[in-house]
Amino acid sequence: MKEKDGPMEPIKVLTANIDKPNSTSIDTYIESGGYEALKTALGMTQEAVIEVVKNSEMRGRGGAGFPTGMKWSFVPKNAPKPTYLLCNADESEPGTFKDRVIMEKDPHLLIEGMIISAFAIRSCPMSYIYIRGEFYYAATVLEKALAEARERGFLGKNILGSGFELDITVHRGAGAYICGEETGLIESLEGKRGQPRVKPPFPAVVGVFGGPTVVNNVETLACVPLIVKNGAEWFKGYGIPKNTGPKLYCVSGHVKKPGVYEFPMGVNLKELIYVHCGGILGDRPLKAVIPGGASAPMLLPDEIDLPLTFDAVMKAGSMLGSAGIIVLNDTACIVDSVWRLSKFFAHESCGQCTPCREGTNWMESILDRIERGEGKPHEHDLLLDMADNIGGKSLCALGDAAIGPVVSSIKKFRSEFEYHFTHGTCLPETKRYRRLGMVAAH
Amino acid sequence: MADLHPDSAYSRDRHADPGSAIAFSPANRVRFEALLERYPTKMAALLPTLHLAQEEWGWISPEAVYYIGDLLDLAPATVFGVVSFYNMYNQKPVGKYYLQVCTNLSCMLMNAYDIYDDLCERLEVTPGQTTSDGKFTVTEVECLGSCGTAPVVQVNNDYHEDMTVVKMKDLLATMK
Repeated sequence: MKEKDGPMEPIKVLTANIDKPNSTSIDTYIESGGYEALKTALGMTQEAVIEVVKNSEMRGRGGAGFPTGMKWSFVPKNAPKPTYLLCNADESEPGTFKDRVIMEKDPHLLIEGMIISAFAIRSCPMSYIYIRGEFYYAATVLEKALAEARERGFLGKNILGSGFELDITVHRGAGAYICGEETGLIESLEGKRGQPRVKPPFPAVVGVFGGPTVVNNVETLACVPLIVKNGAEWFKGYGIPKNTGPKLYCVSGHVKKPGVYEFPMGVNLKELIYVHCGGILGDRPLKAVIPGGASAPMLLPDEIDLPLTFDAVMKAGSMLGSAGIIVLNDTACIVDSVWRLSKFFAHESCGQCTPCREGTNWMESILDRIERGEGKPHEHDLLLDMADNIGGKSLCALGDAAIGPVVSSIKKFRSEFEYHFTHGTCLPETKRYRRLGMVAAH
Repeated sequence: MADLHPDSAYSRDRHADPGSAIAFSPANRVRFEALLERYPTKMAALLPTLHLAQEEWGWISPEAVYYIGDLLDLAPATVFGVVSFYNMYNQKPVGKYYLQVCTNLSCMLMNAYDIYDDLCERLEVTPGQTTSDGKFTVTEVECLGSCGTAPVVQVNNDYHEDMTVVKMKDLLATMK
């Protein structure tokens, strides 16, 4: 990556097709070189396809940032049960809305990526796109695109004469954040409540319907045709070592131009907010930034001069996650904002593990109480103590996610919590974003 | 299901002949059969079958729970367990227009609660309640994945983005 000598320019790699007329049609996709990578891949060995993805150093775009090629290589070759490729299109992390763009505007990019990936891991004849139920429109776009792909022989019994067989089913979820967790997704696909499984065994060994299973995010799969077509070195040309490739960043909240932005991995967060997103809404001072979806610890204004890579954001004490960036200006009350996120986690806890089920609900009630001006001094320390008893003490990462915003906000905005205790109300410059009935009105 | 409170809509006591009261329309029966082809187990078709049922009847009634259990060889309790786990399956009838306001952080920062409060006031309903003419139900929902165009209101299957109190009022006027 170049040294900073001016703002980084946005790119159009994953989003190359989205502004074209009829961008969802297979003809538009083929005219721009679509399904060429599939032909290339089917002429390669499975190992060679995995190798090129490994060499690209691509890390999964769903949140955890696990190297995709490595994930694929964990799949046993001669498993007794069929292998499955599942696309995680459950996009539910608050602040994240990038996968929807790919599915609604360029569905064939995802479908081609899935066919190549399924070929690489020797997936059985059926593969599934687990899409969140609310994305009804995206599901209809995908269904139509799949029908086109079947008609052209890109899906079916003998794909392009290679002998490889695959079909794809769109499976709609029904409103549960936890189904974005890969084993929760697997349970849900099997027709059960989406409660995450104990690991090990990991899905690569025992996943959906008892077979080896790879779960990849939409954006991850959409990168695959580009890697196969242009090579691992081309992909590594974007970003920095270990944090490679084009990346979609979602910016929302108090910025002038929210939306999905594509950059080489590692655009500077400050530059993204102030240059590309036009700065802070109302030209007010920046208060905090959540860099990677609701689960990611908050960053202060003096902490945002950093490249948005998995490693750099982690080094800053937060996480890039799904690159859902939520910007808060000084009108946002931190307690109110964290209460809203806690309410989300309390609602979405699957109820399986006691620390998470009980803890998320208690955290929400305490934050609500503090926000109403009825909190007792030192309740922020109580929250920190509770966080210690939730984090790392449940089967999946939801508990850890739930404490991220709580712990970081108490550490970084301790005085604002204390202001609520002493004054019984929010800071004067903040705005009431929800009504609290008769209690503690501004 | 036997241990459900007798007041529960799903209590068996309230349904003399559960399961036989309703059946999919012939067209939806065909769609149901096609669903079974897509999965290696019958149970895996449960979520899409419930979506189909909700499309046909607007909610997942106790009768539908028993009916779907019979179709997929599942205990009614298993079906109900799934229905109650997922947010999108309605456990009671909803209005012709189901207004779901996202109030999660990105939408909240863009004044989603103003829209939500205004809707409840204008339609004279409490959250989750349906207007007496059966036209509207209003609820608050979690992140709909449309944060860049916040606030968003989902009306039945459609997203309405970049909403304001005024735009919502105008939209309501078009809903007959």
